[in-house]
Amino acid sequence: MYDLAEAAVEGALAAGATYADARAMVTGSEGLGARNGVLERLSQNESAGVGVRALIGSSWGFFATPDPSVAAATKAGHEAAAIAKASAVVAGPPVELADVGVAQAHWDSGWQEHPFDVPLSERGDLLVEVTATMKAVDGVGVASGHMHAWDTQKWFVSSQGHRISQHLVECGTSIEATAVGEAETQRRSYGGIGGTWGTRGYEMVRDADLPGHAQRVGEEAVELLSAAECPSGVTDLILGREQLALQIHESVGHAIELDRILGWEAAFAGTSFLDLRELGRFRYGSELMNIVADATLPGALGSFGYDDEGTPAQRVDIVKDGVWVGVLSGRDSAHVAGLPPGGMVRGDGWNRLPMVRMTNVGLLPGESSLDEMIGATDDGVYMETNRSWSIDDKRLNFQFGCERGYEVKNGKLGRLLRNPTYTGITPEFWASLDMLGGADEWVFWGTPNCGKGQPSQYGHTGHPSVPARFRGVRVGVKSR
Amino acid sequence: MLDPLETCDRLVELVGARAEAEAACSTGRSALTRFANSSIHQNVAEDFLWARLRVSVGGRLASAGTDRPDAGGLERLVERTLAAAQMRAVDPEWPGLAPRAPAPDVSSYDEATHLADPALRAEVVRQFVDAGPGLNGAGFCDSNGSHSAFANSAGQRLVGRSSSATIEAIHRTTTSDGRGWQSSSRLSDIDGAAAGRIAAEKARRGDDLLELEAGRYEVVLEPSCVADMLDFLRDGFNARTYEEGRSFVELGEAQLDPAFTLWDDATDPRAISRGFDAEGTPKRRVDLVTEGVPVALCHDRKTAAKAGTESTGHGFGGDGGGIATNLFVAPGGRTPAELIASVGRGLLVTEFWYTRILDPKTQVVTGLTRNGTFLIEGGRVVGGVPNLRFTQSYVDALRPGNVLGVGDDARLFDGTYHVPTVHLAEWNFTGGAKG
Repeated sequence: MYDLAEAAVEGALAAGATYADARAMVTGSEGLGARNGVLERLSQNESAGVGVRALIGSSWGFFATPDPSVAAATKAGHEAAAIAKASAVVAGPPVELADVGVAQAHWDSGWQEHPFDVPLSERGDLLVEVTATMKAVDGVGVASGHMHAWDTQKWFVSSQGHRISQHLVECGTSIEATAVGEAETQRRSYGGIGGTWGTRGYEMVRDADLPGHAQRVGEEAVELLSAAECPSGVTDLILGREQLALQIHESVGHAIELDRILGWEAAFAGTSFLDLRELGRFRYGSELMNIVADATLPGALGSFGYDDEGTPAQRVDIVKDGVWVGVLSGRDSAHVAGLPPGGMVRGDGWNRLPMVRMTNVGLLPGESSLDEMIGATDDGVYMETNRSWSIDDKRLNFQFGCERGYEVKNGKLGRLLRNPTYTGITPEFWASLDMLGGADEWVFWGTPNCGKGQPSQYGHTGHPSVPARFRGVRVGVKSR
Repeated sequence: MLDPLETCDRLVELVGARAEAEAACSTGRSALTRFANSSIHQNVAEDFLWARLRVSVGGRLASAGTDRPDAGGLERLVERTLAAAQMRAVDPEWPGLAPRAPAPDVSSYDEATHLADPALRAEVVRQFVDAGPGLNGAGFCDSNGSHSAFANSAGQRLVGRSSSATIEAIHRTTTSDGRGWQSSSRLSDIDGAAAGRIAAEKARRGDDLLELEAGRYEVVLEPSCVADMLDFLRDGFNARTYEEGRSFVELGEAQLDPAFTLWDDATDPRAISRGFDAEGTPKRRVDLVTEGVPVALCHDRKTAAKAGTESTGHGFGGDGGGIATNLFVAPGGRTPAELIASVGRGLLVTEFWYTRILDPKTQVVTGLTRNGTFLIEGGRVVGGVPNLRFTQSYVDALRPGNVLGVGDDARLFDGTYHVPTVHLAEWNFTGGAKG
């Protein structure tokens, strides 16, 4: 496949590009879905093509084709350059790229058991079994289970001499029970943020032990229908680690994307409340807050060997002792900001323009534990597992809903709470962080569906996280 | 590129007598010109081609797709789909394939849009940017075209074509944003300057922001907000959601205001669609709400068989039920200006952002306003306000008595919703950028 990528780059250069790179890719994916003890969805997809990026003046031109011929790849290079030239009608400052070393390498993610080698019947039977278990719980209306696996091979070539091949295997799974009441539904799930996901093989699904959780998930969904409504007010909030992972994703991960900070995503994903002039000074949160973006974590969903510009995966400090010190960047955005490129540019397949994406943006662990946090709280609420999320276009004002909560009174868990929600302002919220779980509670959560860009792209991101306590948070936001 | 119908026929032929088969194929081009800080920075296009096959081996179902239909790709697709089906249990509710039936001629295709040169999109962007001198423009202009086909082993064979073009963009001052958008099946219909003028006017009008406390306010919601509401509400009309007890819909009950009438119609010339769904069922109009009363649901073949009725042509080739794709809200008789003029104290909202639902049955949604939120006093827009967070049931927002007026300005948004401005008696804002 290198020949396709090389032809595309040569085609772009011949048509006037000052820089070009191309990715030829072959991807396979398999998705299984069961509902109420019946395997409903069994889909497989294979895809291959080449996408080429041409730089002329102030704009990238990008063209992608599924035609696996050298002639089509060369033509794609011509098209990419022609598209970039057309941008000159509404030109801006010329794009320049921060320097990176030229690599010629191969990297693969490693796996113990390739998901596609596990018989479909075995995978399907597992989902049938666990959804039947959940559905058998009296009061469960809908029980569903999902599993997805990806196999991605890519060959990257640039006009500067990069020549990199990579092979990644990713997979994950989730189960969910919905209890249907008279006036509302309640949901309980297991897996994390819509599932447990990683750059791992099928061992990840085996480790999740779905059969060991199905009965509990069903019972907890039904139990929520008769739970007390989450009270409204300002109180201490303890978040489970999987909920905090999404909190990190939304209120830190997107806010530190340099393309957003520079206004390149203003009309769609939005901008950021962060101002580059404050880098190294702005207090993002309490001194307990240490965030890193680390694309080298083994098995985490945001890990890889090289990004889609050929920059090696790396670990970058983002927030250190509560102070904002780093961003997520690519070669073009880093040059504008005068920063070293972070190796954080990826595209969703061969037919999408690579852009700044989160890697594994996570919180380093502290020295406490969930039990200690509950024990140290006189009056508060504990919430776990995300149910809804919303944040403004500057990543400042957020509101999250969780699947379930508990009152915390005098150091103990009290009543079960349904429809728990909390809201806040990003730096105020993180400033109120005063207890953080330890290394033995540190888990690499993942999200395989992070949306960004136009045309829309989905990114695979990771979020190491622990439980944490926040002081004085507004909870229980009501519609009436 | 391969011919989509020939590709479908070939897939059905390759399956032969081994299974019931339905095949879909689409080819085309998608192109999008993106700008920020008033210059084009990302300009992309792709040629696409995909084929999908679903088989039923005695009720054992599987589906698979590929974008590699040559070099043995179709043969691989058939064999792995058939192999996967063998792993499945028999689905006792499999309704069988769609029978032969003609599809309506839906003409939402323009070849010039399908094949549009990037210079044409750049020109629309230039017009938008030039309409806001001194402002910071950002957004996109896209043009798309596709040829699609469907064939099954019951003899149903259909073809369709569609195209679309959009500009969606903002102008920004240092403190406020304003949005303008247009959508059509033809790029030549898109007036970048007109969209740019609206965005610029909104941005400038909101530049000096007024403070506002959270609370319940009368609102005038522009069409993009109404489209966002329908994006959630339409799942309630999915027969599968309804059957599972997760829908808010109570058929035959006066749940909504009499001023609210809703239907789905892919055959309307104003829609961007094709004449059949993913199961090969012809599209037709379905009245969903008549003067506030929900009257029907959207079905695919499976939900229809369970309900003892016929598919309404809203299938997606899986088990997701029937999903409305071309929704129309009946326009009222008043202009947006007249709706604003009838407000004592309230808010004019351009757009909702990052809306998320907590429960499909109560339809409680939280989200924010964006790209132009304005205070109305005494029937006049008196200034911009910062973006506000709301926590609001979308069903409750349309309850009887809460819809004070519907605009005459219905237009196409996002290729799916043909919607007007609406005037509501109250909307629950629960916070702002400051909390």
